[in-house]
Formats: sequence, C-alpha cells, structure tokens
Amino acid sequence: MLEIKNLHAEIDGKKILNGLNLTVADGEVAAIMGPNGSGKSTLSYVISGREGYEVTDGEVLLDGVNLLNLDASERAAQGVFLAFQYPLEIPGVTTMTFLKASLNATRKGRGEPELSTPEFMKRVRAAADRLGVPQDMLRRALNVGFSGGEKKRMEILQMALLEPKFGILDETDSGLDIDALRIVSEGVNALRSPHRGFLVITHYQRLLDYIVPDKVHVLSKGQIVKTGGKELALELEKTGYGEFVGEAA
Amino acid sequence: MNAQVTPLRTIAESRLASDYESARATMPGHAGVASLRDGAFAAFMHAGLPNRRVEAWHYTDLRQAMRDALPVAGVPAATAILAQGARLETLAPRVEGVDSVRIVLVDGYYIPALSDVARMPEGVTLHSLTDVLEQGDEQLIEALSGPGLGAGDSTLALNAAFMQGGVLLDVAAGAQVATPVEIVTMTTNDVAQALYVRSLVRLGAGSKLTLIETDASDAEVAEQRNGALVVQAGDDAVLDHVFMPAQLPARSTQVAHMLVTMGARSDLASFTLARGGGLLRRQAFLRFDGEHARGAFAGSTLLKGRDHSDTTLVVEHVAPHCESREYFKFVLDGEATGVFQGKVIVAPGAQKTDGKMKSQAILLSDGASMNNKPELEIFADDVVCGHGATVAQLDENQIFYAQSRGIPRPQVEAMLLEAFVDEATDHVRHEGLRDLLTARIGVWMANRSAA
Ligand SMILES: Nc1ncnc2c1ncn2[C@@H]1O[C@H](COP(=O)(O)OP(=O)(O)O)[C@@H](O)[C@H]1O
Ligand SMILES: [Mg+2]
Repeated sequence: MLEIKNLHAEIDGKKILNGLNLTVADGEVAAIMGPNGSGKSTLSYVISGREGYEVTDGEVLLDGVNLLNLDASERAAQGVFLAFQYPLEIPGVTTMTFLKASLNATRKGRGEPELSTPEFMKRVRAAADRLGVPQDMLRRALNVGFSGGEKKRMEILQMALLEPKFGILDETDSGLDIDALRIVSEGVNALRSPHRGFLVITHYQRLLDYIVPDKVHVLSKGQIVKTGGKELALELEKTGYGEFVGEAA
Repeated sequence: MNAQVTPLRTIAESRLASDYESARATMPGHAGVASLRDGAFAAFMHAGLPNRRVEAWHYTDLRQAMRDALPVAGVPAATAILAQGARLETLAPRVEGVDSVRIVLVDGYYIPALSDVARMPEGVTLHSLTDVLEQGDEQLIEALSGPGLGAGDSTLALNAAFMQGGVLLDVAAGAQVATPVEIVTMTTNDVAQALYVRSLVRLGAGSKLTLIETDASDAEVAEQRNGALVVQAGDDAVLDHVFMPAQLPARSTQVAHMLVTMGARSDLASFTLARGGGLLRRQAFLRFDGEHARGAFAGSTLLKGRDHSDTTLVVEHVAPHCESREYFKFVLDGEATGVFQGKVIVAPGAQKTDGKMKSQAILLSDGASMNNKPELEIFADDVVCGHGATVAQLDENQIFYAQSRGIPRPQVEAMLLEAFVDEATDHVRHEGLRDLLTARIGVWMANRSAA
C-alpha cells in the first residue's frame, strides 16, 4: 500500500506540492489527472526519489516503509518503479547491458540472488515478445534513436522485468499512436495483480479506456482536489480542467 | 656595483648539472654520443626545466613539480635483477588474449635474462641501447635523436643527455609480426631515483608490428622518469601501439616522449591509457614525410586525487595527402588536472591534408579542472582540418533514470563513464588489447567507486 500524507515539496524555492494526501491500496489502479503544470510529474519524482526536491513536510510510505529517507536506487529495491514521461537516452550502454545491471542490482537490493545469464535472457526475450520489442533493439544503446513509442514500450518492458511493488506511469500515453497505446496498455494490464498498485498519470482520458482505473484523482496546484470512480475521467474529458484551475488556493 | 649575471637555477637544475658533470665520463657512448649528450645538456641548461612561462608547458609546471632532481638509476645489481624476476609474473601477469613477447627493462636497462629473447618473432631484432651507444653507428645515433622532432623541448634534451636504458628494435622489411612485442618496465623500488630511457623502433618497408609499453613497478617512493620512444615507420609500415604509463606514487614526475616519422602510406594507431600517479606529461611529435600516410593518436586519461596528466601532441604534415587523428577522453575526479594540447601544422606543400582532433572531458568534482588547447597552423590552402573540445559533467537526469531502475549511484557513474571512455578504446585495433584496456579501465572505475 502506498500512503502519501500531507506532502509538501518544493524545487528551487518554488512550492509545487501543497499538502497532498493519497492512498493507493494493493491491487488498485489509481489515475491522477490534472492540468499541465499541476505537479503530476513532480509527484512521481518525489515518490521515486529524484534529487533536487525539498520535502518540507509530510510522508510517503510504501508498505509502511518511509521512502523519503532512501535514495532512488534504494526505493527501486523497495519496489518503486517510475515509467518516465521522457525516458532518457543512454549512449554507449546497450539495452541488454542496462537491463542486466538493473535487474541484478534490484534483485541484490531485495536480497535475491542474481539470475544466471540464460535465465535472464529467457525473461528478457519473453517480455520483449509480449511488447512487440524486436530482439535487435536490445543490442542497441538504450533508447538512443528509439521512436517515442519504442521508448515507452521499453519502459514497460523494464517494469515487467523488475516486477515492482508499485508502478508509476507518467504520461505513458503521450506520443503514442493507437496501436502502440494498445500494446503498452496490454503490457501494463498483464502486470496488474492483487499485490501491486499503480499510479497512472495522464492528462487525457484516452489512456484510461485501455487501463481502466479503480479510482480517479484530480490534481490541481499540488493538491488532490477531487476523487471519484472511472466515470470522473469521462466527466473531465467533457468539462475540462477549468473548474479546478480557477478555484484551488 | 658590479652586477654579475648568474642564471637563476633551481635546486633541481643545479643538481642535474652536477650529476651530469660526474656521470659524463662513465655514461655509455662513443665519442659521437658524448658530443650529442654535451650539446643536449647545454641546450637543457640554457632553457632550464619548463615552467608556466614556456608556452608549450603553460599548464604543466615541471619546474615547480620537480623540487629536486633524484639520482640517476644505475645498472641494477644481479641480485636486484633476480628479485625482480621473481616478482615479474605477479606484477605483470600474462594476459589472456594478448600473447606478447616481452622485453623487460629494470630501472630502464634491458635485461635479456628476464625477457623472452628466445621467442622473439621472426623479422624482429633486438639490441640494448647501451650497445647501440657504445658502438656509436652514426646513422643509428642520428635516428635515435629523432631528427627535427621536439626541437627546443628542454625535457627531451635532458633525456638525450642522460639516456642510458632502452632498446633498439628493428623490424625487417615486409615482416608481418603477429605476436605483440611488449616492453615492460620494472624498478628496484627501495630508493628514490630517476630513469632516463630511450628506445628506437625501426619499421622496415611494408612491415607490421604491435608494440605495447607497460609498467610493472610498484614503487612506494616517488620517482622521476623521462623516457622517449623514437619510431621510424618505413613506407607502407603499420604500427599498432598501446602505452600504459606507470601509476607512480604522489610527487613523482613522468615525461614520456614519442617521436615518430612516417613514410609513405604508413599507418600508425597509438593509444595511451593514463591512470594518474603524480605528474604525467605525455608528448608526441609526429611528422608525415611520405604521402598518403595515416597517424592516429587516441587515449583515455582517468584521474583522481591530485593527479596531473598532460597530453601534448604536435603533428606536422610535411607531405601531402596524409590523415591525422587525435581522439582523447578525460575523466577527472578530486583535485585532478587534465591537459590536452594538440597542434596540427600543415606545411605549404601539404595539400589534401586531413587532420582532426577531439578532446572530451568529464569533470566529476568541483575541484577537478581541464585545460584544452587545440591549435592549427595551416600554410596550405586545400586542406580539411578541424578540432573540437568539450568539458562536461555527468548528466544528472541519466543518473536518476538508471538509479530509478535499481542501480546504485556509484555503479551508475561507472557505467556512464565506461561508456564515455569506450569510445576512445574502440580505436584500438587489436581485440585482445582492447579487452585488456577495458578491463583496466573497469578496475580504475571500481577503485574510484570504492573510495
Ligand atoms: N526544476 C524546476 N524548477 C522550477 N520549477 C519547476 C521545476 N520543475 C517543474 N517546475 C514547475 O512545477 C510545476 C509542476 O510541474 P510538473 O510537475 O512537471 O507538472 P505536470 O507534470 O503536472 O505538468 C510547473 O509549474 C513547473 O513549471
Ligand atoms: Mg508531467
């Protein structure tokens, strides 16, 4: 279970999150919707441990463990996974090498033994096949020269390999055509389990047709201002965010 | 008052003067060599140790770094040689994939008993520098001086004045030497000493050689080294060269010269892996005498603590239609200082010259610094020459991304840095050597992460 209590965070002295409260139960898919600049990416970064943010108040707990005292790799070992809105290119490091380093480090952090190379290859191949990632992409430098859709698929592939306790998807739909959106969503849906929670961040309702959320939260000016079921997303699609942009403090 | 003009000498310079006076009579060499030494030493004393005011040494103040001159190493005693021999395999284990024949120098002196003399490949002949100097063959001595290269450099003159150890390596015309030849330097490390070594490699027309220079010393006292490798590449000769300078204790100084002349259609690929240890000045002077030749220098410099490492290259295109390449990576941590100076000179007749140089540095700390000085002196109109230099830091976004995938920061940094320097290592054509270099780089990265 992810619990965020009264979270206040700022960057370069600018307050972005202003007393945010949110609980995501195991097995639950929570969508976060909100206008541009409302703090959605910031929330994902503060949960996953990006440096540069100052948390001035509040707590973030995953299964009771305070994440805020851990660095990003330690949080990954605790089971946090962030699929980036803009995945980074890593020149000179092949995708395969990166995946192996990542999986072994994560397993080590969780007190699990390293995988043998054949076992590792087997898992990567299986995940790649499910997501329609061609094998030759795995031999290329990570994300270098990948299309937007390929990058997003690679994010989901990594999530599948690392088997996180809690997955955060930051605008995974942006830049995807409808076919890619379907493949990526199927990849995410395959990972849904009673033991795993998700935070699906999106600006548009479209993604939620494919990854159907249990709850929808509206983020505005660094706070959750409204919570509802999946129908809230449809409502927002019609009315827009105007109501929230105006009223929050 | 009667103003007497005495040149101001540093303690080190005065010591060098008295050492030279006393060593002069006993140093190996025929009359011709003795006069070459005298001329070189006079040139050295005229200029003194290079310092910030010498343009080519602006970023590497050797005079400042050499507080005193250490005694010149003599021929090692038989017992010392035995002791080194017993340690050779430990300090320089044979590397899989690099099946080299070894030439072992102890304190700079060629030691046949420790070298793979019997395994010397066909077409390669080997002599000790001492013998070459004693015989004093005029043509050889002329070749050894690397005529016209590095003129005016006082440290090169100092090397000529004191040169004692080293070898002459001749590769017969047409010989395709598959086995790499490795020159391994060891030192008897109980006393602080200075090494002045010079080797000459002559590649006959159409010959091919892979030459490695490594170090197997584990001195704990500071040393002063001044070594020169002179290469004459005949027409159509091919040389692959890998140099891994010693990682000497702090306060050591090391000047490593390379003087190269390139015949027509000859091909040189030289790689240097510098991993710090006191002050290192690596300077190479290359001249294209024949047309359609190619000379490429690449390297990686990995520094931490108070390491200082300088790569200075002077490439002279005299003949037309030649190609020169310089590609260097620097990784600088702690208070380390990196220097890259590349000068490409294109003489009036050297049309169709293609010369490129590139230096890229990553600074890992606020205390580290990088100095880049690329220079082009072009006197021909139909040439393509270019240079680029960048100084950057690791990308925090990439670091966070990899960390978010569970990889701890030190490991992420090592991964990104290895990818960065791999681009230089890729220039090494011998696969086994490339793997060896990658492994050595990995060791440096791991030590840095652990520190
Ligand atoms: N590094 C930064 N420095 C200053 N302001 C920032 C920084 N990063 C984000 N912001 C600001 O924080 C606010 C929230 O940004 P973000 O979390 O990216 O919003 P969203 O993902 O909802 O579009 C925006 O006003 C943005 O300009
Ligand atoms: Mg965003």
